[in-house]
Amino acid sequence: MARITTAAQRRRKEIATAYMLLAPALLVMLVFTVYPVLRSVFLSMTKYRMGMEAPEWIWFSNFQRLAGNSTFWKVMRNTVAFALMTVIPSMVLGLGLAMLVNREGRHIGFIRTAYFYPSVMPMIAIASIWMFIYMAGNGLFDQMLIKLGGQSMNVLSDKDKVLPAMAVMYVWREAGYLMVFFLSGLQSINGDVLEAASIDGATGWKTFRHITLPLLAPTTLFVSTVAFTNCFKLADHVIIMTEGAPNNASTLLLYYIYQQGFTNMNYGVSSALTVIMLAMLLVVSLPRFFSEDRKIHYA
Amino acid sequence: MKKLLTLALALVLCLTALLAVAEEPLNLTMYFPVNVGGSAAQLIDSMTNEFNTQNPDINVQAVYTGNYDDTVTAIQTAIQGGNPPDLFVSLATQRFTMADTKMAMPLDELIAADPEGQAFVDDFIDGFMLDSYVEGAIYSIPFQRSTMVMFYNKDAFAEVGLDPEAPPTNWTELVDYAKKLTNENRYGVAIALNSGSAQWAFTGFSLQNCTNGVGLMSADGKEVYFNTPENVEALQLWLDLQNEHKVMAPGIVQWTDMPTQFLAGEVAMIYHTTGNLTNIKNNADFDFGVAFLPAGKQWGAPTGGGNFYITNGISEERQQAAWKYIKFMCSTENAAQWSIDTGYVATRNSCYETEVLKEYYASFPQALVAYDQLQYAQPELTTYNAAEMWRILNDNIQAAVIGEMTAEEALQTAQEQGDDLLFDYQ
Repeated sequence: MARITTAAQRRRKEIATAYMLLAPALLVMLVFTVYPVLRSVFLSMTKYRMGMEAPEWIWFSNFQRLAGNSTFWKVMRNTVAFALMTVIPSMVLGLGLAMLVNREGRHIGFIRTAYFYPSVMPMIAIASIWMFIYMAGNGLFDQMLIKLGGQSMNVLSDKDKVLPAMAVMYVWREAGYLMVFFLSGLQSINGDVLEAASIDGATGWKTFRHITLPLLAPTTLFVSTVAFTNCFKLADHVIIMTEGAPNNASTLLLYYIYQQGFTNMNYGVSSALTVIMLAMLLVVSLPRFFSEDRKIHYA
Repeated sequence: MKKLLTLALALVLCLTALLAVAEEPLNLTMYFPVNVGGSAAQLIDSMTNEFNTQNPDINVQAVYTGNYDDTVTAIQTAIQGGNPPDLFVSLATQRFTMADTKMAMPLDELIAADPEGQAFVDDFIDGFMLDSYVEGAIYSIPFQRSTMVMFYNKDAFAEVGLDPEAPPTNWTELVDYAKKLTNENRYGVAIALNSGSAQWAFTGFSLQNCTNGVGLMSADGKEVYFNTPENVEALQLWLDLQNEHKVMAPGIVQWTDMPTQFLAGEVAMIYHTTGNLTNIKNNADFDFGVAFLPAGKQWGAPTGGGNFYITNGISEERQQAAWKYIKFMCSTENAAQWSIDTGYVATRNSCYETEVLKEYYASFPQALVAYDQLQYAQPELTTYNAAEMWRILNDNIQAAVIGEMTAEEALQTAQEQGDDLLFDYQ
């Protein structure tokens, strides 16, 4: 009897210790994540602008107004289009780079660093550099076109080309970052498996298709979540390069939120948009949340 | 004895502390933006230092907060955080928003309480003082004010057989000259069409074309008139310059790229701020002229630039100190020197009586054009919710520029969106 009590006591003590160790992180999460989320949800259902004494409860009117606003739908289309244009290409490129640098060699460290380098630079710096590349007429890109006998394109003021142009820049930056995850995934694949495959006569492509890729599945899922959430969280390059021009053809959701909240000082609407963004982030995080440790084969 | 000494020492310490408290100057914070290149930020710092030296009881700290938009964001954040600046520089056209959001306070009581107050305010040039009022109350004091002028390349004019001393005086000549000036390597004319710039230039074209004085908005900032035939005509002119006459670069040219292109000889005439005068003067390797904006049915130009505001809700003592600082920064001598150093237009009538400014204009007559044009100048587009209104006009102008809409459709859409935005204020 006494022994059981002691075990229960010990268990209680262990739980208490666990909570104590978790407390700092939990506290930070509560203050910087949970509270802002709840506050945004609350404000999204109010009319609240700078200068108002207190938020005014209006239920779902903000969402209703957004649903009838053509600019909002344009922004949503842009955001989804930008995600589709960047996520797959940057993952494919990231994996490709990882395969390239997944070997021993004298200068391999340097090459890896070079590929990773763009992701260390702040987006603002990258956008400033690429703005010169895309500058109308005088930019590197237009000059190249002219030298090759073409016409200058002025991509940043073309409604159909501005998003792809930004996507190219973003893929260039993001690929190196995703490469790091793929590289660690590749290096955790057991060499024996690959050796066995080669003894059985598997060629490069076959090995990649039937061994490497399946074994990389958990990494790929993780990377796709990271890639999706990252590309929804972009605003800085829009501010630097176009401010959403022409006619909001390059406005992405986070920039739209910033504009509503900080330029127009309309906290109700910007919170409603934030809630929509949270929902989108939640949706892209779900696959990883549910498939963890189940269908995915861990090496 | 020892006890007595300790007591005396303690007393002395206490007194020193008290004195120190009494001598501690009143610390004020000012946020200011810089929207032109050059050393404007350093100039503000050195002027502020001079003020602090002259007024040991006040210590103003000038904080550079980026461009105009960034500064509004910074003020807003600071107010939300309960730690607002005491005064700040913001666009004159933000006044409706500043009053409506209660970020700034009306200055009438401060002006009335100051024996020199009325004379101080009356000395400002009318064209600038016009956009200080909200509902009859003064909310701001003109500081770094500008207007739009045309810079043109005299060498290019001579090259194509145009008189370098006769810039275009109306829209017909503008199109005509631009055609002559355009060749393989050069466009005739440039107007910035990026968000935040297009509405400024467009105010000018609207003023030039609206003989009935309607322009783009009502003086109380509660109505817009985007879709009038005169404004449609003005926007159509822009589209024609690009698409029909092909004398202006297609698409959206950035405000910040234009001086570079002008200096590189890639465009012969640009619509830009007087704030860029010093930059162009220092960097042009050709002969350049400054001219009035070509008239439509009449002369017209937009004013622009920043004013001083005092933050709402600060203590009376702080208000007084802030007011003193504003009066110092806008004193006749300082306003005149500021104009010379930056290219902004001197804001007060008395500035033009000073020796420094007279000498400056004698040595550099191009600088005088902006002042002469002021008689035709009016405030740029502003309403309540100004930032959102600018966006509406800019977006729709861009839609017309990239061919998504006709000029008429674009301004009709802008009108509807603008009416909707101002619904609560009508």
